[in-house]
Amino acid sequence: MTMIFGVPMAVFMGQLTLGLVNGAFYALLSLGLAVIFGLLKIVNFAHGAQYMLGAFAALLGFRYLGINYWLALVLVPLVIGGLGMLVERFLLRRIAHLDHLYGLLLTFGLALIFEGTLVNLFGVSGARYATPEILQGGLNLGFMFLPTYRAWVLVAALTMCLFTWFMIERTRLGAYLRAGTENSQLMQAFGVNVPLMITLTYGFGVGLAAFAGVLAAPLYPVSPTMGSSLLIVVFAVVVIGGMGSILGAILTGLGMGIIEGLTKVYYPEAANTVIFLVMILVLMLRPAGLFGKEA
Amino acid sequence: MTLIKKSLAAGIAVAAASSMAASTAHADISDNEVRIGYLADMSGTYRDLAGPGGLTALEMAIADFGGSVNGSPIVVFSADDRNSADVGANTVREWIDQRNVDMVAGLVASSVTIAVTKVLEENNSLGLVSGSAASSVTNEHCTPNHIHWVYDTYPLANGTAKAVVEQGGDSWFLLTADYAFGHALEADVTSVVEASGGEIVGGVRHPFPTSDFSSYILQAQGSGAKIVGLANAGADTVNAITTASQFGLTQSGQQLAGLLIFLNDVHALGLEATQNLLLTTGWYWDMDDQAREWSERYFEKVGRMPTMVQAGIYSSTMHYLKAVEAAGTDDPEIVRAQMAEEPINDFFARNGRIREDGRMVHDMYLAQVKTPEESTGEWDLYEILSTIPAEEAYRPLSESQCKLVQN
Repeated sequence: MTMIFGVPMAVFMGQLTLGLVNGAFYALLSLGLAVIFGLLKIVNFAHGAQYMLGAFAALLGFRYLGINYWLALVLVPLVIGGLGMLVERFLLRRIAHLDHLYGLLLTFGLALIFEGTLVNLFGVSGARYATPEILQGGLNLGFMFLPTYRAWVLVAALTMCLFTWFMIERTRLGAYLRAGTENSQLMQAFGVNVPLMITLTYGFGVGLAAFAGVLAAPLYPVSPTMGSSLLIVVFAVVVIGGMGSILGAILTGLGMGIIEGLTKVYYPEAANTVIFLVMILVLMLRPAGLFGKEA
Repeated sequence: MTLIKKSLAAGIAVAAASSMAASTAHADISDNEVRIGYLADMSGTYRDLAGPGGLTALEMAIADFGGSVNGSPIVVFSADDRNSADVGANTVREWIDQRNVDMVAGLVASSVTIAVTKVLEENNSLGLVSGSAASSVTNEHCTPNHIHWVYDTYPLANGTAKAVVEQGGDSWFLLTADYAFGHALEADVTSVVEASGGEIVGGVRHPFPTSDFSSYILQAQGSGAKIVGLANAGADTVNAITTASQFGLTQSGQQLAGLLIFLNDVHALGLEATQNLLLTTGWYWDMDDQAREWSERYFEKVGRMPTMVQAGIYSSTMHYLKAVEAAGTDDPEIVRAQMAEEPINDFFARNGRIREDGRMVHDMYLAQVKTPEESTGEWDLYEILSTIPAEEAYRPLSESQCKLVQN
């Protein structure tokens, strides 16, 4: 059997594939954070809670309204994104002129409220969300058995990432958004409704988190605490990629997924720490992040 | 005249007698109140196995006891330890210093328990540990000031691992939570598997907590072991079992052995993913009439069936209150001795007794998770396969490293 660094080729390839799947999640979540930070300069600490709300909305929608997975994939991001817009319009906007720290505190507080409320209602054990029938089973890749659903997650998350990148970097709407963050007064003078744009952008970032939540629902037990553990890693990914860099967030997310996956084979004890080690290295050598512009 | 005299005298005698009785009782119950502090994880990973439900069980015990001991009311304080040893130890220190708490109940995460029992020992107070798993709580960390009630890692390994090897599962791959509890369980399981004629062919120590187990499950599949043992707990176990079912681990001929599984874990995972899993438990709500009767009362208040930890909180509190009543005092040393004197046989514990190391030994049970077809209701989850007698289930005193045991 071919060996790579003392590990059979098949195992190595398997871990690489799983790393990519996890990386796609990191990419999707850090993308939402990057969009929000890049355009609104808000460090959105509620991102993990919004991801969790996405998963819960899918679960409850199925349980009480009979909404199936595919419909949830479309509806839930709209509903949770809409909730995000209300948060932006009635809370975040009031503190937009203050230091960024206030936004961080406010979103952190909101995250605690969302989590605490759901813990009180549903406990912490979590619930199962059934994998849609068409995505059950697995693919034999030769070197591993890959559950079909994970393959789907990879495809769906990457498609969404590319779509977002395209929207922001290659369309007129995206150009407005980017210009609005550079100089919002000038944009307003040109007749662009900047406050509305900001609300929509925040809603879109939140919607991305909710989309990731729906994707995650069949993979992990749906529990109120599922977002908070992920959030810290995702922040590290954003810091490594460079705050506010769209493409950076996507590539770093995938890369970190792979690095973490390989650590799980070679030195599993460090699997939760390796991303932070990379973060420290990056901060020492390139403080603005791998893809960030020097401030 | 004589009649009046007589009845007057009788009245005085009765009054004197009753006031004396009252004063003897009150004299030895500090502050004329029995004060109980309930410390547990109320909001994190272990909330559902102890948490607010455990507090309800404690309050049920007090209500069933009558709300007072020899005329002194029973008062309850509660706090969330947030699974932090610091928070737990500081809370208990404050309870003892400022509120004169007589007994601390609950106590879930082993790390919190070990820190709290040190505070209890320094202040000569009393703790009844119901939630913790580590057998070290009454081994190297034993104190004369606490009792460990429901279960520990020794019978978990002894019950499940032995039964699995006897059924032919003789090669094991262990997924271990990388902290004190996981290491203790891993060591106990390894020695039981090897003593029963099996072997450990590999293992991974994963960080605590871990949400994505896919990589570890892949490694377990590659190991060729017949049994994949889960030396972890709570959300980690739930995640590992979910991922194993997604990767078709059991379909490819391997079997899972959960070493610490609570009722709420199985309920959350569902029978489809957990069917036929073997586990060791200290108690099960549906194991007999007595257990069912109590559990149904609990269910009416909480809306969920109780875990063994929640039932154990009721059982230990009730035993404590009876001991306070019998001893006529809440002095921890006297109550602890009184508790050890009485055997424990209630809806929770069978053949229970408290050993000098503070371990409450009682019958344990080997159970198997039902298949969806066998189950008749939302909470009809286990079938009890066999009883592990109290004296065999726990670490024998001859192997104890506890300072209270003469070896």
